Amino acid sequence: MDATSLRLTCLVGGVLAAGAADAVTLPEDQAEAMVHVYSGGGVTASGPALLVRKSLADRVSMSASYYLDMVSNASIDVVTTASPYRERRDQVDVGVDYAVRDALITLSTSSSKEPDYTAGSVNIDVSQEVFGGMTTVTLGYTRGTDKVGKKGYGFIDNAKHWQYRFGVTQILTPRWLASANVEAISDDGFLGSPYRVARVFGAAVPERNPRTRSSRAIKLRTIGDIGDGPTRAAVRAEYRYFWDTWAIKAHTAEFGYSRYFGDAWLADAFVRFYTQQHALFYSDNALTETAYVSRNRQLSSFNSVGLGAKLSRSFGRVQGKYEVKANLSYELVRFKFHDFTDSRTNSPYAFSANVLQVYATASF
Amino acid sequence: MRHLRLHTLRLVLAAALAMGATLESGAVAPATAAPDFTLRTMGGPNLRLQEQRGRVVLINFWATWCGPCRQEMPHLNRLYEKYRASGFVLLGVNVDDDKRNAVDVAAKLGLKFPVLLDTDKKVSRLYELSTMPSTVLIDRDGRVRAIHRGYQSGVEDQYDKQIRDLLKE
Amino acid sequence: MKMRLALLMVSLVVASLLGACAAPQPWVKPYERERLADPIMQFSRDALSDKHREHVRVVREGARGATGVQGGGCGCN
Repeated sequence: MDATSLRLTCLVGGVLAAGAADAVTLPEDQAEAMVHVYSGGGVTASGPALLVRKSLADRVSMSASYYLDMVSNASIDVVTTASPYRERRDQVDVGVDYAVRDALITLSTSSSKEPDYTAGSVNIDVSQEVFGGMTTVTLGYTRGTDKVGKKGYGFIDNAKHWQYRFGVTQILTPRWLASANVEAISDDGFLGSPYRVARVFGAAVPERNPRTRSSRAIKLRTIGDIGDGPTRAAVRAEYRYFWDTWAIKAHTAEFGYSRYFGDAWLADAFVRFYTQQHALFYSDNALTETAYVSRNRQLSSFNSVGLGAKLSRSFGRVQGKYEVKANLSYELVRFKFHDFTDSRTNSPYAFSANVLQVYATASF
Repeated sequence: MRHLRLHTLRLVLAAALAMGATLESGAVAPATAAPDFTLRTMGGPNLRLQEQRGRVVLINFWATWCGPCRQEMPHLNRLYEKYRASGFVLLGVNVDDDKRNAVDVAAKLGLKFPVLLDTDKKVSRLYELSTMPSTVLIDRDGRVRAIHRGYQSGVEDQYDKQIRDLLKE
Repeated sequence: MKMRLALLMVSLVVASLLGACAAPQPWVKPYERERLADPIMQFSRDALSDKHREHVRVVREGARGATGVQGGGCGCN
């Protein structure tokens, strides 16, 4: 056996033989209440969200969350092709976490309802600690089914989704962590919007999307602890590369900084860059007849820059017993489209969006 | 061809036997002498392990940031109260970087047993801690009799039984 | 060729079990993980907040997935 394969077997052997299994801990009990507001590009979506998590016995933790979106939509699509409307979306998630020695198994279901779109999914995630707790390996699978409807026509079609996730988180030093995540998503069925129109030779035609889509994303990130004592801080960097069978390629990069100010205050700041290349069949104004055509700006070439900050105040903390926090988070995102024009001005479309979250968290 | 297959079969058998040997070998193992150490207690004075000879000792390694450690504390408190008059001593060795956190949490949890501060992790390294929390049971002659790694609900009953057995000796 | 590959795989597994070499031990001991246990060292600290933020992005961007947020999205438009 040559030198490199011997070294490789040493590594594998070490991983297998190292240390006793640690017991994994369940997520702690908590309750969260949030009011969220999104405003940008003519769309306002706001509403409350709630989350409750409680552990039973020593091995099981149950969680439930409710999310409401009240949407007032006067976006560029809506304004140029129809008239503004209001809509409401409810989402309920229920989950169970089960701790088995050094593995955590999570089963959850999610159900979302709008007047013309319902989506349901079931997920299973397994998280396993290996190598003396230095490495955590996670596997996840999601199966989703959507029913697509159109106002006045009822439910007309459906869509199915499969998601496969794999991730590894590794402790590098007493101060640094790194993780790599991979996710493959496959969709089958009606993948567009029954209301959206595409533009071919200047005329509006209903969009035609492929009935299948397969995508991959890989994300690398690292987080490190800097500073000491009451001015402890952490920095984080993330990068994700995405590609799919619709020829979309996207890069996402995010940098974050969190810092404690004394005992009670915690502040975060982050910046996020996103850039995307348009889908194969996307066109602002198609000048040829193609099997698929879409003018969905979500599939166009664009970039976005987001700048955000978050402030948390801790009220009454007893280490490990309970903690109540009040939080405020604000993000400003600027979208700039390269090949989607604003038909009102005939220049490339751009808009800014504000994302505001006000929420209270209690863990006990 | 057959020669190679027999060769690999023998290797696999040898591996199966060797696997048991590669797991868990350390200086701190049952039936060996417990390594001696001296640490400052939270109250101020130093405490040396060797001075506890003649008593049954339970050393519990814990930290304020470790969930299962905190879960275990009320049970350790109870065991200490129950057996301290019979020649039992419980030493809580804290491994926090900042001893003020240890003092804070120890007060909040109402710990009655001596809490020793191992801020520079010398004793943790000496005892080759592989899990948090870890509990080491030492008999009256200073020999290690049991090592418990991690905390699972119900293990305090095992501690109870083992302390009783050691006190009877 | 296949026989050689199978033999290599078996001997890889076997040699690793034998531990006949200096196997890497976890180099960050459990008692050295205090900083890593701090909430600011988590990639995702507030579940609800991160779920909402992720939803806002997925609905407006073509890319999706690998965020480390457990569970599926709503897949809605």
